[in-house]
Amino acid sequence: MTDTTETDSAAGAEPADGTDGHGDGAAGATPLADALASAGLVLDGLVKRFGPVVAVDGVSLEIPPGALVSFLGPSGCGKTTLLRMVAGLERPTAGRVVLDGRDVTRQSAHERDIGMVFQSLALFPHLDVRRNIGYPLRIKGTDRRTTTARVDELLGLVHLDGLGRRPVRKLSGGQRQRVAIARALACEPSLFLLDEPMSALDANLREALQVELRLLQQRLAITTIMVTHDQREAMTMSDVVVVMNEGRVEQAGPPLEVYRSPATAFVARFMGATNLLPAKVHSHEAVKVGGRHPVRVPASVHGKVVGADIVLSLRPGDATVIAVDDTAPADPDTIPGEVVFVRDLGTTFECFVDCGLDEPLVAAGAGRDHPPVVQGDTVAVHLPPDRCVVVAT
Amino acid sequence: MRALRAAVVTFVVVFLTAPLLVVLMASFNRERYLDFPVEDYSTQWYSNLVTDGQWRSAVDNSLLIGLASATLAVLIALPLAYAVHTYRPRLSPVLFGLGVLPFMLPPVISAVGMLVFWNRVGHVGKIENVIVAHGVFFSTVPLITITLGLQAIDPAVGEAATTLGAAPRQRFRTVTLPLLLPSIVTGFVAAFVLSLNEYIIAFMVAGFSVETLPIKIFNSLRYGFTPTIAAVSVVFTLLSIVALGALARFGGLERLLGADLSDR
Amino acid sequence: MSTPAVRDPATAGATAVSPGGDGRGGDDGRERLGWGQRAILWLPVGVLAIFFLVPFGLMLATSFYVRVEGGFYEPGFVFDSWSRLFSDVYIGRTLFSLRLCLLVALLTTAVAFPFTWFLTRMRARWQVPLLVLVLGALTLSEVIVAFSWDLILGRATGITNIAVWLGLMSEPEAFTPGFWSVVAGLAYTAFPYAVLTLFPSLDRVDRELTEAAETLGATPRRTFTTVVVPLCRQALVAAFLLVFVFTLGSNIIAQVLGRPQHWTLAVVISDQATMSANVPFAAAIAMFVTLISLVVVGVVSFAGSRSWVGRDDGDDVVAGAV
Repeated sequence: MTDTTETDSAAGAEPADGTDGHGDGAAGATPLADALASAGLVLDGLVKRFGPVVAVDGVSLEIPPGALVSFLGPSGCGKTTLLRMVAGLERPTAGRVVLDGRDVTRQSAHERDIGMVFQSLALFPHLDVRRNIGYPLRIKGTDRRTTTARVDELLGLVHLDGLGRRPVRKLSGGQRQRVAIARALACEPSLFLLDEPMSALDANLREALQVELRLLQQRLAITTIMVTHDQREAMTMSDVVVVMNEGRVEQAGPPLEVYRSPATAFVARFMGATNLLPAKVHSHEAVKVGGRHPVRVPASVHGKVVGADIVLSLRPGDATVIAVDDTAPADPDTIPGEVVFVRDLGTTFECFVDCGLDEPLVAAGAGRDHPPVVQGDTVAVHLPPDRCVVVAT
Repeated sequence: MRALRAAVVTFVVVFLTAPLLVVLMASFNRERYLDFPVEDYSTQWYSNLVTDGQWRSAVDNSLLIGLASATLAVLIALPLAYAVHTYRPRLSPVLFGLGVLPFMLPPVISAVGMLVFWNRVGHVGKIENVIVAHGVFFSTVPLITITLGLQAIDPAVGEAATTLGAAPRQRFRTVTLPLLLPSIVTGFVAAFVLSLNEYIIAFMVAGFSVETLPIKIFNSLRYGFTPTIAAVSVVFTLLSIVALGALARFGGLERLLGADLSDR
Repeated sequence: MSTPAVRDPATAGATAVSPGGDGRGGDDGRERLGWGQRAILWLPVGVLAIFFLVPFGLMLATSFYVRVEGGFYEPGFVFDSWSRLFSDVYIGRTLFSLRLCLLVALLTTAVAFPFTWFLTRMRARWQVPLLVLVLGALTLSEVIVAFSWDLILGRATGITNIAVWLGLMSEPEAFTPGFWSVVAGLAYTAFPYAVLTLFPSLDRVDRELTEAAETLGATPRRTFTTVVVPLCRQALVAAFLLVFVFTLGSNIIAQVLGRPQHWTLAVVISDQATMSANVPFAAAIAMFVTLISLVVVGVVSFAGSRSWVGRDDGDDVVAGAV
């Protein structure tokens, strides 16, 4: 029920199985009313304009309850604006936000049942840890005893026992993050929102916290949306990744699926290093890479006209470099080239091969699989058919 | 260069402190006339201050006007600063300019304006005139301190409060106001000190019926110097310095001056 | 496709404007204000309008009113007050005021500039007490400043007594009331403002800039004139203007420390309003002084912005250093 992508690729614009809130993805529109009445978060045609600038250009998503969904994309792609519309901090120019069957679009942020962690964490500088965490309870008028008990519980949940009385400016980055998380979860909201929560932390801490946060989210089974520009983070933590570009959703699906079967060149590039190979459709089963080298490519070319120009995406880890001597017959699904550069890092290597295309083809692998080639060698690069994906440009 | 620096700094220090020292000495001198070296010390002029009813009432008037006008100044400045900062209405520069304008005009001019105004309204010579005039005239100071204070608050903090369930009024009460307290106090104290020290507006607006300390000092000067005036001045100045010290403790002094703290 | 039933009562009857606005933007990102918020904004504006704009307007009108014997005045529209302002006597007073304020502005800025420069280069240990001293001077009432200078320059209690004690003079002399005591008093009250205006700009001058100049062969004095001064031109002009306008409006110092021939227009204003009971005239002078201030500030700012546009500050440094 989403948008933009024109291909019929298997990686459709809907969340894939197990997480689909409705039907079997039959062709055609799904009954919106059904979807809207069920639990979970539904974004329906959200648009946000700031004067002449269109930050979010028609996004519709269905987020199943209990899932962790990442909005992933480069700066300025609209992911934060989208999150803020869900939170109620921005009013949509058009479209609706429906939570658990209720249209909350008109509700302001303080009326929605959400908990949000901000990029700067936004801890209250004038309150200590306990009072920060207990703030939402206090606002609701919860009595002191219940509040105290709940704050204790939360301190334990985020492993901050004993730090309750400390002023927030005396906390480390990681500790502050936990306070922000505990505070957002204090009232057991239906929706947990995170805006680049790890950006203020250093790399080691970030990786550890990613795992911790994901485990916590799973334990609480709380519907979560996380905005990030870090593809690794998204892949580590998410049930569903929503890749956004220029205000639109380019692809949404489980992380590995999006990684292995990117719908567009943008998604392919954003999810990790990749080779983008221009090719021409040669027949029902083969394409000619660079217009010259035939490679068998499975069903993805169905529906393409012979002679059409397409682009293949192949991850460096899936390409193999084979040393060639002139007498051996060419292996199928290979293209010839000359090694222009080898980066050998011991545990891993990268091989850059000029195959007559605009850019060198990169093949990567583990150190022990290093092919016996050096700069200047003539080689053949094997492109496994089942790993090549046709992407829209 | 060293010599020049020493010379300039010494000159300025002497220039700034000399008059004050003289006043200090004069206030403790037993005689009316100051001979060097000062021979006889006495605190009689200070006790004079306490016993003399006229001086006491001048002090009372000044304190009352100071506290009331500082309160009024904050009451004008706080909503204006908050509204301009939070809602950013189209007329913001104009409105903010209106808030700053009173302070930019020379006091004597505002004094005439106020005089004419109160005459017209038919409410002459009352202490409220001074309170209102000072409140309006000095509202610029808390306006600036509070605006600076608002700008120093991370905008995400207010949004966080909203997402945690705080309605706008709650958010203001539980988050914004506590964080603004230092700048409000700073603005209040500054307006208070300024009001205490102010002469010409108070004089023109109600000077013949309400005697503030500066007015009384000025009037007394006409009759020639008495050390009591010196004693009053010392006490008065101490009061201002204490207030300033309190301000400095609240910090932000360097930031108010616009210094760049990043390399300290 | 039917639209889902709206079950949340909070959204029932919601209008485009959210009454308890919480910063959510409309289409242009700006807030649409509810009535409560409008009150928050317009109440203080109303107070300021009534108690500042109205008096100011009234004062302008009063300058055209008719003065009545006995110190009162009646609404009218005559030019008596204004024409009196342009009589010889008062033109003379105007010129005197301008010259005096110019002199004070020059002297004060000339001392404040190097002083503030040294101040910004000091370590906190020295800087803080000095700043406290300067700001302390700011908290003094103008009356007290006038009074203390009266003492220090007077015959009975002043510095001349020290001179006598040191054997430099035979008997104490009074320097006040007099022209230079007025200058001293005005400079004293204006000095802290000059320092405060100059401080931010001077503080921001990167230490490495001056160090670079010195490694290129400039003496500290040369560095100061060819690097620091050009960089802080704007602040310098601002400080000068501030002192000028400030002293133009100063009322008490000139009255206490000067004879009538040393009175500035500001003193005349208060004198006319109270002692001479000629309020329309006082109003006219007040408007006139405001006008002068605006003109001076306008002219200097305009001239300032024109000469510096398109000019590479580097040229100054090179030209000066060569």
